[in-house]
Amino acid sequence: MTVELRELRRSFGGTVALDGLSLTIEQGELIAFLGPSGCGKTTALRCVAGFERPDTGAVFIDGADVTRVPANRRDAGMVFQSYSLFPNLNVRDNVAFGLRVRRRPASERHSRAAELLELVGLGGFGERYPHQLSGGQQQRVALARALALQPKVLLLDEPLSALDAKVRVNLREEIRRLQLELGITTIFVTHDQEEALSVADRVAVLKSGRLEQVAPPAEVYDRPATPFVAEFVGTMNHLPGRVSGETVEVFGQILPLDNAAPGEEVDVLVRPEAVRVTPSDDGRGFILASSFRGSIARLRVQLDGGGEVLADVPGHEAVRLAPGLKVDVTLVERPVLTAPRTAVAAPVEPVA
Amino acid sequence: MAGVTWRRVTLGVAAVYFLVPLAIAVWFTVYNESRGFSLGAYGRIVSAPGFGESLLTSLLLGAAVIVLVLLLALPALLAVRLGAPGLRPVLETITTLPLIVPPITYVVGIANALRGGTDALAATPFWQTLISIQDEDFPVVLVLAYVMLALPFAYRSLDTGLRAIDVRTLVEAARNLGASWPYVLFRVILPNLRSSVASAGFLSLALVMGEYTIAALMGYRTFPVWIVTISGNDGQLSVALSVLSLGLIWLLLLTLSGAGRKAK
Repeated sequence: MTVELRELRRSFGGTVALDGLSLTIEQGELIAFLGPSGCGKTTALRCVAGFERPDTGAVFIDGADVTRVPANRRDAGMVFQSYSLFPNLNVRDNVAFGLRVRRRPASERHSRAAELLELVGLGGFGERYPHQLSGGQQQRVALARALALQPKVLLLDEPLSALDAKVRVNLREEIRRLQLELGITTIFVTHDQEEALSVADRVAVLKSGRLEQVAPPAEVYDRPATPFVAEFVGTMNHLPGRVSGETVEVFGQILPLDNAAPGEEVDVLVRPEAVRVTPSDDGRGFILASSFRGSIARLRVQLDGGGEVLADVPGHEAVRLAPGLKVDVTLVERPVLTAPRTAVAAPVEPVA
Repeated sequence: MAGVTWRRVTLGVAAVYFLVPLAIAVWFTVYNESRGFSLGAYGRIVSAPGFGESLLTSLLLGAAVIVLVLLLALPALLAVRLGAPGLRPVLETITTLPLIVPPITYVVGIANALRGGTDALAATPFWQTLISIQDEDFPVVLVLAYVMLALPFAYRSLDTGLRAIDVRTLVEAARNLGASWPYVLFRVILPNLRSSVASAGFLSLALVMGEYTIAALMGYRTFPVWIVTISGNDGQLSVALSVLSLGLIWLLLLTLSGAGRKAK
């Protein structure tokens, strides 16, 4: 079942939430809507669920225009950000709620609920009440409930954002496993880039209600289509560079350009892992700080001419590359993105 | 320890304040210096003319008011909460109005409306409607008036209950699973609001069982009106009536709060 968003526009008072969003989600695909808060990702999802009606544009599920179909007659299961289980019903009745609405017999409801609870790893929890479950368990039940009616589309609205870090990682792996197993077309809304990159087939990066880029995770990370995507996904160094023809000079290196340069004096965007740091007595900077993250260490290098560069080095090199050490900095030879020159050439760490 | 002592003292003083007059009242109804101990006063209530009829009228009015006030307040509260949160202060103000406007104003207003309506509608079929809502045994017009009076209490009870649950998410989850709006209201929202619905119901009932001004001035014989009428010339009987109506309302309170608690 494909989902197509066609030219969706929606504004709330003066704020534009969706500004002509068009996107097609393929059968069996898990697509992540990624963006900062207010980028329209949740509004887009709610248009698919039927909780919002776009001002203009249309939503197609499986080729049928559902823009005007009320939420209770759409074939889309949804998991919400906040805990949404019905507090007066036990886990089994929560999962079977949709079947009950459709007046299916009790035997079918119970067996289906048991089957789904088994699927999400909560077999034997049927008699418990929501308040007796942890946050992660509640979201599992919500997932089982959303899948109980075998919907054409699964909609996940930041389902993990209220959970602890460890539970979050486990559950996202499990959501992906289930999604692949069932082959269900899924939209996963998140503001967490790591989450989006790790589970999605494709990531759609949104900004101000518009689509910035939609591509597989590796491509979004490696070949961001716009400076915004480059900035929002992962960490980027902004290094001063000078463009000449098809190349740009940065740190004395000549690198090929990946996009059309916005001018002559530009910011060259370089990922920390594309920065090499080698100890050198006559290097151009020194290590200001080092933060060890297990497999890698992130170094902050102070450059002699002013400015800083972030560099990721293998974790085992962290001992050798200690703060205070004089180093040389080189960039990995590959095409680079450029952006208009910003006032300060300092690296930007994303908030998320 | 000082806290515990203090609490006991406060509780004791409060208990004395409330229970002593009650106990004296009960004593007064069952003991007479000349005849000694007797339950005669209570017997006289039941056999007094109009007891059953007026009580029934009031209970029916109470039931109708509860149903109507819930049907009015709950969907309105939900609609405002889900669709127009900006209107909440407006709704709050509107539902406070009945507390501010004195009952006598209602009586004058309703009486004028009825009189004017009777004249204006005399030649139309609606005249019959107007007459039938003023029926002695079940005055619909009183139901309407009491719904107005009960609205502030019902609104506040229900609002407190709705505040405790994530209404929007529950509604959307249910809608997403195929539930129609009535299904959402009766099978999702109401079961999770049981205790506040019960308290809204009780407050409405207590109001109906105790309201005198409007009923008396409009000439209906509800239970409170009957109490006043019957007790004028018999001191013991009138106190027995107070004790009885107090007991009755307590009983209803316990029943309703029991029903509310069972849901949890």
